[in-house]
Amino acid sequence: MLTPDSEADVAAAIRDAVVSKTPLELTAGGTRRALGRPVQAAQTLSLSGLTDVTLYEPGELTLVVQAGMTIAALNKLLDAENQQLTFEPPDYRALLASTGEPTIGGAIAVAASGPRRLRAGAARDALLGVRYVNGQGEVLRSGGRVMKNVTGYDLPKLMCGAYGTLGAITEIGLKVIPKVEVVKTLAVLGLDDAQAVAAMSAALKTPTDISAAAHVSQSVSKELGLTDAVTLLRVEGFETQAAYRITVLQNALSAFGAVEEIESDPWPAIRDVMMFAGDDRAMWRLSVKPTDAPGLVAALQTQIECEAFYDWGGGLIWLACDEGADAQEPIVRAALNDVGGHATLMRASDTVRAAVPVFQPEPKPIAALSERIRAEFDPAGILNPGRMRG
Amino acid sequence: MIEMPEPDESVIAKRAALAAQLRAVLPDEQVIDTAEELKAYECDALNSYRQPPMLVVLPDTTEQVAKIVKLCAAAGAPIVPRGSGTSLAGGSLPTADAVVLGLSRMNDVLEVDTENRVIRVETGITNLAVSANIAHEGFFYAPDPSSQLACAIGGNIAMNSGGAHCLKYGVTTNNLLGVKMVMADGEIVEIGGAHLDAGGYDLLGLICGSEGQFGIVTEATLKILPLAEGARPILFGFDTNEVAGEAVAAIIKAGLSPVALEFMDKPAITVSENFAKAGYPLDVEALLICEVEGSEEEIDEQLTRIEAVVAPFKPSTVKRSANDIESAKIWAGRKAAFGAIGQLADYICLDGCVPLSELASVLSETARLAEKYDLKVANVFHAGDGNLHPLIMYEANDPNSARKAEELGADLLRLCVEKDGCLTGEHGVGIEKRELMLTQFNERELRQQMAVKDAFDAGWMFNPAKVFPLELIETRDAA
Ligand SMILES: Cc1cc2nc3c(=O)[nH]c(=O)nc-3n(C[C@H](O)[C@H](O)[C@H](O)COP(=O)(O)OP(=O)(O)OC[C@H]3O[C@@H](n4cnc5c(N)ncnc54)[C@H](O)[C@@H]3O)c2cc1C
Ligand SMILES: Cc1cc2nc3c(=O)[nH]c(=O)nc-3n(C[C@H](O)[C@H](O)[C@H](O)COP(=O)(O)OP(=O)(O)OC[C@H]3O[C@@H](n4cnc5c(N)ncnc54)[C@H](O)[C@@H]3O)c2cc1C
Repeated sequence: MLTPDSEADVAAAIRDAVVSKTPLELTAGGTRRALGRPVQAAQTLSLSGLTDVTLYEPGELTLVVQAGMTIAALNKLLDAENQQLTFEPPDYRALLASTGEPTIGGAIAVAASGPRRLRAGAARDALLGVRYVNGQGEVLRSGGRVMKNVTGYDLPKLMCGAYGTLGAITEIGLKVIPKVEVVKTLAVLGLDDAQAVAAMSAALKTPTDISAAAHVSQSVSKELGLTDAVTLLRVEGFETQAAYRITVLQNALSAFGAVEEIESDPWPAIRDVMMFAGDDRAMWRLSVKPTDAPGLVAALQTQIECEAFYDWGGGLIWLACDEGADAQEPIVRAALNDVGGHATLMRASDTVRAAVPVFQPEPKPIAALSERIRAEFDPAGILNPGRMRG
Repeated sequence: MIEMPEPDESVIAKRAALAAQLRAVLPDEQVIDTAEELKAYECDALNSYRQPPMLVVLPDTTEQVAKIVKLCAAAGAPIVPRGSGTSLAGGSLPTADAVVLGLSRMNDVLEVDTENRVIRVETGITNLAVSANIAHEGFFYAPDPSSQLACAIGGNIAMNSGGAHCLKYGVTTNNLLGVKMVMADGEIVEIGGAHLDAGGYDLLGLICGSEGQFGIVTEATLKILPLAEGARPILFGFDTNEVAGEAVAAIIKAGLSPVALEFMDKPAITVSENFAKAGYPLDVEALLICEVEGSEEEIDEQLTRIEAVVAPFKPSTVKRSANDIESAKIWAGRKAAFGAIGQLADYICLDGCVPLSELASVLSETARLAEKYDLKVANVFHAGDGNLHPLIMYEANDPNSARKAEELGADLLRLCVEKDGCLTGEHGVGIEKRELMLTQFNERELRQQMAVKDAFDAGWMFNPAKVFPLELIETRDAA
């Protein structure tokens, strides 16, 4: 494994790989290496040696760090100024049975966003700029450190979620946010999935700036220490504001049952998908229109044995099912295609992930466009070959 | 002066034939080819540059757009997409061999879905009409460029436009969920939709802000938000720009999440006050208008906290709005600023962005440069995100004054880049900042961006003479 500790060395390593035609697997913490399709690469290039803080201006809510910085170190830095990341990146170590330390580069490369995505935006929305090394070993910049920037194309968005197939990200500029004074969680017990999504929609119609909304069905709520289904809303603000918002929500949801404040914090478990950690089922992540979600899960449950819960007001479904030979891919995708959206196979053995499309298959013109884009960044095809497509 | 490429005479020679082909796709009157009618499309809001196009087409459907794209491609005619023509960067300026494709007839609301908090529209609809269509349901569309009465969603997407309230809610790209788009080969594609985070590469994020160079966006799915119960501003006056800049940073850091935080400097205050009689203090150097929203109690508590955060900076004026009438008065001066300055002189409006810590130094350097060029500059801008709007006043009829104004503008934008900022925060590059791109990026960085354009539009059919320095565009095959 190559572990350069400077951007220049990352670039040199990639140029060497181009010359020797050696495909590279990019890694950082390695905690999400099981995401995407297995990479066929002779050499591993780790970004985990790039750990410097380039700039942190709390008064501007701006942070620029090297990509190998661990999320843990980054959170520590932000904690000291009472600030936080906007997008609540998940930690999939328990889920993917991996070790190591998740890095900010890994989180951006896989566009990992947690419950707060509903309100504060996804990883890509927090991204102000990147430095990266493309597949020809050129060090390039895009975006910057300022809050608004439309100078040239928005390549940072392209890098976010490209799983390291367009470049090795070396430095990342992020918008951060202050922590709020009061964070409370409201719960409604016993709703079925359809009622729950209706309740979350009703809540999200109120101007209460809810920062997360999830529904954990009865079959998986034991992870939260419950025996019943639970619909959860996260309310934030300063003391009197949060109290007022809770009253507004209790009124808006009165038709759905009692709306109680709970003491425990269920959000880390939802963020990290702990409901499905420690078992060996295949796991899917489906992004759909919220009101389509309960029907989609119900339709799947008539065909296969599966369990699900919902984040993002119903728009994100986590679904676990028997792995079998294909992680039920034809059935899951057929049901999804009836409503629209996309499905990603988040967990399955290497064999299954090599055999079925992990990412949502794209219509022909879009797939061709994506291929052309990849060829413009990595003409030799040496960065993470095979990770996003076969 | 910014140059445009020489028109291709062989394309212009096919004008009549192309018009006839286009009339087979569109009703006759939706293909414009008379000199006096073409004149209406000769410029956008950067109106010191004018050039009537070869033809204008005004389609009604995406399918028509696809046919138009194929016909123009066959004729070798470049296409300049156009929303409402309010670009301040020359984004919709045509060349003499170009076909302007106007989206103004495609302005329907296709679907309002408050359960899922989305609206689907045709992209010729104006920004304000989107919010107007959902206000009765208690919703609004957040990005609010000052031009929102006129500008179209298609233009907003192409420029990734912002507005005063983007401090809290983000700019266009943060509120765009999906598009239907016609690609360079005439293929109709859909990217994203009512769900979040389309899979695969983030093409949606790439298309937003691509300045009409990747395809014709005909439909958009937008995120909508519940309207706040109410909103009220507070106005502060300061003795120096420096202190006002520090107060901005303090408000942002305190996490009080105002929805808007606007800055006006002395020249802007004076002109606006004379025009709008908003009751602004005239003995201050800088004004901040800070707006918060929520219930009455929430607003009061937030304004009290903001006052406390600002107090150490010793504002010489503090005016807290107590009701809608006072709020309107505080905003009246800010909203009238551009118009008021427009009454006094012609102006160029720049929109470079700088880190907040550089606000004060950039403002004093702006004043110094203005003096050097002997021109007046007023500053009215979105302070919360460091997005400057220097308004350079000049005499359009005087070539010397116009040249000086352009030179001063270029100097000010270079200054923003030097301060670790950027050339444009929301208006886009267009033709206006095209030749300055090499101050912010090196040639390799620009060529990588141009390679993305190649991937979408290998023939550079869509809006070809924009965003990149002309020389790089013209030598792109040699690269
Ligand atoms: C050969 C080898 C085997 C390993 N085995 C394991 C293992 O089995 N389990 C384990 O937990 N750890 C393993 N590691 C350790 C690994 O270093 C850490 O687990 C690491 O914390 C994971 O970082 P991450 O989660 O931030 O992102 P990763 O999991 O490293 O990466 C996630 C995705 O993002 C891409 N990526 C990451 N950073 C960048 C970047 N800066 N630019 C562009 N793309 C990027 C990756 O290519 C990958 O597609 C292994 C490392 C190596 C080299
Ligand atoms: C007084 C005034 C105030 C302004 N205030 C603001 C402000 O506060 N914030 C801000 O961000 N901007 C502001 N602007 C700039 C301008 O209004 C925005 O850039 C706006 O988004 C342009 O929209 P339009 O429909 O007028 O687009 P046009 O000017 O017609 O076109 C702009 C660009 O978009 C492309 N385009 C248009 N429609 C499409 C489509 N359907 N598909 C593909 N490409 C397309 C064009 O080719 C061109 O490159 C202001 C302008 C004025 C005159």
